Amino acid sequence: MGEIIKVGMADLKTCISPNGLTTLGLGSCVGIALRDPIKKVGGMVHIMLPDSTAIRTERVNLAKFADTGIPELIRQMEQLGADKTRLTAKIAGGATMFASHNSNAIQVGPRNVEATIRILGELKIPILANDTGANYGRTVTFFPETGDYLIRAVGKGEKVI
Amino acid sequence: MSGMSLQQVSDKYFDVLKEIGNIGAGNAMTALSQMIQCKVDMRVPQVKLLDFSEVGSLMGGEEQIMVGVYLGVEGDINGSMMFLLGTESAKHLIGKLMMGMATEGEEFSEMELSAMMEIGNIITGAYLNSLSTLTNLKIYPTPPQLTVDMASAILSVPAVEFGIFEDKLLLIQSQFFDEVEIDGYFILIPDLESYEKILTSLGISVDL
Repeated sequence: MGEIIKVGMADLKTCISPNGLTTLGLGSCVGIALRDPIKKVGGMVHIMLPDSTAIRTERVNLAKFADTGIPELIRQMEQLGADKTRLTAKIAGGATMFASHNSNAIQVGPRNVEATIRILGELKIPILANDTGANYGRTVTFFPETGDYLIRAVGKGEKVI
Repeated sequence: MSGMSLQQVSDKYFDVLKEIGNIGAGNAMTALSQMIQCKVDMRVPQVKLLDFSEVGSLMGGEEQIMVGVYLGVEGDINGSMMFLLGTESAKHLIGKLMMGMATEGEEFSEMELSAMMEIGNIITGAYLNSLSTLTNLKIYPTPPQLTVDMASAILSVPAVEFGIFEDKLLLIQSQFFDEVEIDGYFILIPDLESYEKILTSLGISVDL
């Protein structure tokens, strides 16, 4: 049994089987897990916002945004020997933690999911499984050996997608 | 919007924000003690500027189940505010309010959620009131929303709002005691323009 590497908020990590990746308590953020099934290379990025282009800031944390985090994750996975053309994706998170609020930031969950799906589409990475939306937090663990994406939520038990 | 960052805010005006937090939290506790009709003591609140990565561990782990009350802030300043409380602390306060009718454990009944919402309402209302009095700014809360979930998932909401500018979160930890120790956290999330308004109205220059 390998080590499980923790991915923080607005963070990304890569690993090779038997190691795995986990991120705890995804709320409106999206946890995107990528895998090269031949090399058993895995990667996970925990994005917070859909789009970096709307933000003017000097220091850019690439992992914070869907449009920069996913390409950066792929780049780092390629360094571990992954082939971009073989990558598959599983995604989770993007919840709306507090319903019926007008604030723009509140609707960020669905917007994160939308951006993630669009960007993966543009990169021609198929999404094999998707557990997004709703109104609860998720802890996710990804195993590049099998491609299993384990999802745990409060009061809802565990499931594998 | 000016080029003021949260880091600059923190470097220059930490004490002011601390004082606001202190008075706000103090008022909130007074309101709370009136509500549950018993004496509540509090420690000096801690004001912390945390990296996203540190936030979860402060509250006993990213997966720690917390009660989160979230509301919008409107008027002269714009933004939002959050009050977080551990489930045990929440159950304790609900028990006080409902004359000992609260259940054990991490599940909340409809009645308990409704009582918790009321507690959140009082606490955040008192907090914003004192901020309003202090700054002479009009500050109106929008109706609060409540959820019970993992700390990190709840905190993703204010983190996203801060995250538009920074990788940090400004948080006020307020510990208070009844018969048991209760840990509560306030997160005030004004947009950056509102930070400047708050500081300006307190007579602090924002020339950076």
